[in-house]
Amino acid sequence: MISTTLIQETAETLMEKAAIEIPQDYLEGLKGAASKEEGDLSAFVLQAMLENYEAAKEDRRAMCGDTGTPRWYVKMGNEAAIEGGPVAMETALRRATANATQNVPLRPNRVHPLWRTDHNNNVGIGAPEIEYAFEPDGAWIDLITVHKGGLFGTDYRMLFPSDGIEGIKRFYLDSLVAFGKRGLACQPAIIGIGLGGTKDACMVLGKRAACLRIVGDKNPDPKIAALEAEFTELGNNIGMGAMGFVGSSMVIDCNIEVGYCHTGGMQMSVHAFCLSSRRAVARIFSDGHVEYRTDPDWFTPYQRRETIEWEDSAWLEKAHAN
Amino acid sequence: MAGKSPRKLRLSTNPTPEALSELRLGDVVYLDGTIYTAREGVYTRALEEKANIPMELPAKSAANFHCSPAASMNGDGSFNLGAVTATASFRFSKWIGDWMAASGAKLIIGKGGMSKEDYKKHFVPNGAVYLTTVGYGTGALLGRGVKRVADVHWHEELGLAQAMWVIEVENMGPFIVESDLQGNSLFERENEKIARNLEALYEGTKPATLKRYGETDDRKDELI
Repeated sequence: MISTTLIQETAETLMEKAAIEIPQDYLEGLKGAASKEEGDLSAFVLQAMLENYEAAKEDRRAMCGDTGTPRWYVKMGNEAAIEGGPVAMETALRRATANATQNVPLRPNRVHPLWRTDHNNNVGIGAPEIEYAFEPDGAWIDLITVHKGGLFGTDYRMLFPSDGIEGIKRFYLDSLVAFGKRGLACQPAIIGIGLGGTKDACMVLGKRAACLRIVGDKNPDPKIAALEAEFTELGNNIGMGAMGFVGSSMVIDCNIEVGYCHTGGMQMSVHAFCLSSRRAVARIFSDGHVEYRTDPDWFTPYQRRETIEWEDSAWLEKAHAN
Repeated sequence: MAGKSPRKLRLSTNPTPEALSELRLGDVVYLDGTIYTAREGVYTRALEEKANIPMELPAKSAANFHCSPAASMNGDGSFNLGAVTATASFRFSKWIGDWMAASGAKLIIGKGGMSKEDYKKHFVPNGAVYLTTVGYGTGALLGRGVKRVADVHWHEELGLAQAMWVIEVENMGPFIVESDLQGNSLFERENEKIARNLEALYEGTKPATLKRYGETDDRKDELI
């Protein structure tokens, strides 16, 4: 049985870590981009960002003043049991969000869309979002918080099978060029692309591709992995760098996730997880032990399954081997 | 890695016309003095609802920051301020002329600049320039430049994110000079350079089968 007190404490720590500590995979990706950047202004910006991450960690202050819109992804092992059930857990996560907003502090970004009411704690109707997934084995829960920046860099379009890869490429470039100007997308970013599903599912897939996969990992479908590599390079060949200045630092990595869609369509969404790619993860075990990490490890073979039944571990091994 | 680093300057938040005329596009600036935050909430309240601006402008500060800090209010009414980062300025175009007239602002600080039209129409006649934050955003570095929060106006009416924060700063930066007194824009200059490459980049890609209303297909355009 996992206690809600432990869930809340862990969640508060995660909120702070996400806001302050840039994940190592993104940091290394950015250092790689900085070492190749030949645009003077873009290079200056990347250097300032690298100094900023250090300042944030030293001072224990948020790396960016816009601390995004905090949300939660909860993944539960099939045998996990939570004291008070999921309702108690949701209360704990909402409380942790409010407490961390006060204590870190975070910017109280969340307001009512019409009345602009601000509770000054990032909690309100539908906020923070809490999304769920399950895994076949284990009595643990994974808590993942993502504080994605909010206003620019995301777009959706209904494409059709006849649009093909060249159509996908064009919409991808359109999104980067449009939001890259003046650096509105806060690039270089982890670009997530959702393909297929339905309109809403496509947005969810793309957002998760950006926020729940790390720099350097590949889609298990080798042809999709090749597209990811091609799109990363294509984005960095636009000629645009940080803040939209001349340069080559646009995409730290491109992650693509797919879902089965209507036979006539090919939905596409593009998302940019910015220079402050805030995510933090903890696994809470049933004995009260907590392990912190920065890789959400969300897209397991089980999450990408194509079959009716979840067969057994043989399937799992095969999927890992690919 | 590129070799040429930009020129670095210190600037007062109540700058003289001479100091402003010194600034060149792409210079890196660090600020000393007092800045205040004002964005849609403050603009609406001051300019549309005609509330009295709660501080003496520009005497106390000529530097308007498009920002809400990551900050909270303590039980004793004091403030805990962490990181500071700007929000995108192009959205405030409809207020900026009236705000300059009301506030005498000489420095508009934010994210991403405004359009050249805004610079020519509002900034040049008022002798003002635009400084952009860097990154975005170097929130922790900018936070280090904050000496103290001098005041927070209208936080009850507008909430902490939209309130008017009055912040004393020392060597706060970096910021990049995006517009000069002639109304030239660094971003637009960079856009023009990048645009030369776009046609080749798009070669072989295909326009979507299903069109959308009101779009531009000219990639040299901006969408702001």
